[in-house]
Amino acid sequence: MTTPTPGAGWRTLLYKEVQRFWKVAFQTIAAPVLTAVLYLLVFGHVLEGRMLVYDRLSYTAFLIPGLVMMSMLQNAFANSASSLVQSKIMGSLVFLLLTPLSHWAWFGAYVGAAILRGLLVGAGVFAITLFFAVPEFAAPLWIAVFALLGCAMMGTLGLIAGLWADKFDQMATFQNFLIMPMTFLSGVFYSIHSLPGFWQGLSRFNPFFYMIDGFRYGFFGQSDVSPWLSLAMAGGAWLLVSALALQLLRTGYKIRS
Amino acid sequence: MTAVSFQSISKTYTTPKGDFHALQNVSLDIEVGEFFGLLGPNGAGKTTLISILAGLARASSGRVTVLGHDVQDDFSAARQRLGIVPQELVFDPFFNVRETLQLQSGYFGLKNNNAWIDELLESLGLADKASANLRQLSGGMKRRVMVAQALVHKPPVIVLDEPTAGVDVELRQTLWQFIAQLNKQGHTVLLTTHYLEEAEALCSRVAMLKRGQIVTLSRMDDLLKSASSTVLQFKTDDALPPAIAPRARVTGRIVQIPAQDAADVEQLLAALRQGGVRPQEVEIRRADLEDVFIQVMQQQQGGNP
Repeated sequence: MTTPTPGAGWRTLLYKEVQRFWKVAFQTIAAPVLTAVLYLLVFGHVLEGRMLVYDRLSYTAFLIPGLVMMSMLQNAFANSASSLVQSKIMGSLVFLLLTPLSHWAWFGAYVGAAILRGLLVGAGVFAITLFFAVPEFAAPLWIAVFALLGCAMMGTLGLIAGLWADKFDQMATFQNFLIMPMTFLSGVFYSIHSLPGFWQGLSRFNPFFYMIDGFRYGFFGQSDVSPWLSLAMAGGAWLLVSALALQLLRTGYKIRS
Repeated sequence: MTAVSFQSISKTYTTPKGDFHALQNVSLDIEVGEFFGLLGPNGAGKTTLISILAGLARASSGRVTVLGHDVQDDFSAARQRLGIVPQELVFDPFFNVRETLQLQSGYFGLKNNNAWIDELLESLGLADKASANLRQLSGGMKRRVMVAQALVHKPPVIVLDEPTAGVDVELRQTLWQFIAQLNKQGHTVLLTTHYLEEAEALCSRVAMLKRGQIVTLSRMDDLLKSASSTVLQFKTDDALPPAIAPRARVTGRIVQIPAQDAADVEQLLAALRQGGVRPQEVEIRRADLEDVFIQVMQQQQGGNP
């Protein structure tokens, strides 16, 4: 037996998880960037010039941060979820289960890779939107904080979904009936102030609303609620799901019998 | 020193039809440097026992240690010392052979392990496949990669769960040569297999498992001695008389009947003649592990429901 280097285990798993999506970057990065650009083209074209948001922003300019965030969220989720489900179905997860990696190492690696994929997709989408509108950077630090937090949240949820789902269609259920509606209805395409009172109130229970709203504040210095409230809500939600994910990993939920 | 210690291990699965006792109070100590065989029919609980050792499953009661480290409470130290070749043929399609081994090595905290990885590739006949993707490899080659993955962190305890199931003769020989060499260097080996001639050739001690319980635990030499010492073997197309049929093992035309001694053989032949059986190519040979295995399993049939 050779003496192991502390910390090398989780760094290797992180590296492997990054390689897993990077080797098929056309599917995992380029494809979602294209999807986001299509949204921007269609919605921007239809709604451009019909309204101003916050009384000064064109619809396209308003839409961009939300679209970037939505792409990041969906891809961070997809990364950890599909990696886990796939290796469960292929059976290759056993090679990880046999290692001394702790639940913290698993968590760090899967969520870390999900964050990286989310940020890469987000950067790709943002780069292309530069052709459509001149960006503002009112509070860049908030942009970074909410980008990281959003990806971490979704990477963690993806980890939970990946542990829970035994088949791809179960994961698709999770994605289509929970993640998609919650991201779509979080204010990507509109300011919640344009909603009727009931829906405005309901939006405030959606953690994704706070992520997108806080992220948008970083660009425009204007938002539906204070970025500090968004930080508290989104951060609190992330801590909650992280505690759950760590507990599931520690007890080997559905991966150790 | 004890390499692997199973202490009163029970494992119960709750199923819709009621509780299923996969393992019942199994206790077993494997000493450092042993080549130990775990035998038993399908469903006897061999893989469940290995899974508990590996941390893939949790025992319902009892504990397992690897070189003194509890596989639950001190799992990190225990797994660092264990190299397990799982039974199912599985692989990660994203990586080639060398990448797969480098990753596996990294999970165990070993960064610069290329010298040993090269040695593994060489010893297992994988050197020319090092940059091939796992998808492109044949079943036998994938199996070799799994063996290399299990050994990549130089574990003092090596566990092989049916490593030669569905594998060609060449790999079996390469594999056993290599494992025997590692055993000589001091690695402890725990093997489960259906190929009893392999167990007989390699293992110094065996345990036989049936319906979740150990029914025999013995040194290989003693086990072979303790059984009926001879076997009467012949070929025939005739049906065996009812008095003999339950004792016999029939494979197509080949009939094998365990016998105590020469007098017993004579009686058997006389009984066969009386029953109208015309034996051809008669031979008398020493009992091997397969005969012992069948005897043990049959003895247990009546006594232990």
